[in-house]
Amino acid sequence: MIEVVTVILFGMLAVTAIAAIRLHDLFAVVMMFSIYSLLAAAVFVAMDAVDVAFTEAAVGVGISTVLMLATIGLVGRHEKRPTHRPGLPLAVVTLTGMVLVYGTLDMPRFGDPLAPIHQHVAPHYLQDSPVEIGIPNVVTGVLASYRGYDTLGELTVIFTAGIGVLALLGIRRRKRDES
Amino acid sequence: MKDNVVLRVVTKIIVPVILVFSLYVQFHGDYGPGGGFQAGVIFAAGFILYALVFGVEAIDRVFSAATLRIMTALGLLLFAGVGFWSLIGGERYLDYDALAQEPLVGQHLGIFLVELGVGITVAAVMITVFVAFAGRTPD
Repeated sequence: MIEVVTVILFGMLAVTAIAAIRLHDLFAVVMMFSIYSLLAAAVFVAMDAVDVAFTEAAVGVGISTVLMLATIGLVGRHEKRPTHRPGLPLAVVTLTGMVLVYGTLDMPRFGDPLAPIHQHVAPHYLQDSPVEIGIPNVVTGVLASYRGYDTLGELTVIFTAGIGVLALLGIRRRKRDES
Repeated sequence: MKDNVVLRVVTKIIVPVILVFSLYVQFHGDYGPGGGFQAGVIFAAGFILYALVFGVEAIDRVFSAATLRIMTALGLLLFAGVGFWSLIGGERYLDYDALAQEPLVGQHLGIFLVELGVGITVAAVMITVFVAFAGRTPD
């Protein structure tokens, strides 16, 4: 049953991606991106990764859509006519895609308990986190405690992104207010 | 979009729900899916929705540019500060066992504070980015 759902979701993902490429109205393209993110979130739910799905739904569907719409408000909603021919980029993308697909052939089956990623520290996290951390959601335990360094680094990245946007866009706006 | 009565009424009803839900995600992350990052994004989304309907200036009344900048730094400092707190407690950096007598209580406290820091910074950055984008007019 879940395979049917997954196949339908991936099919819809492909349709949305092709529609986003074919459309020339940027407003419609942004809506396609938003739908794509929502479908991706549904795929993550089907894979039992609810925390990731949650993030995808909030960031991909919500925030980034609004930001892209705000950008369209600044640059206009119609795509400029491309000045180059699509042949070479298409060949590069197709080749890269084929190499990536070829790379996945070596990967362990989805959910395989013998996969290397489930042999390293994951058993320790799953078995010992109730004793060592004491909270029911192992994902939160891993993110906030076992992998606290990583999360601190991620937060620093977000902080830096905010500072970067302020430096690029915020200061100019403040000058205009003063004048 | 201020003139559309449906948007206005629905926004006023739904924004408090979004904000309460973000707090639930923030403080219930130990038990269910979610945590600081998701909560921060949802919190920001509530304000962004309000600003989309009532104008960007509406955010200024709650979070001025200076407040947002302080919040951005505060969350990260809170996270890093918890790390130094555990250093002072005689453990490794970000080892929350040192934060209380009982290691499990320390873990709870550490995760709570760290997630709070993540939530504050993420919410502030998301609102900042939105204001920076939406506050501009085409040149």
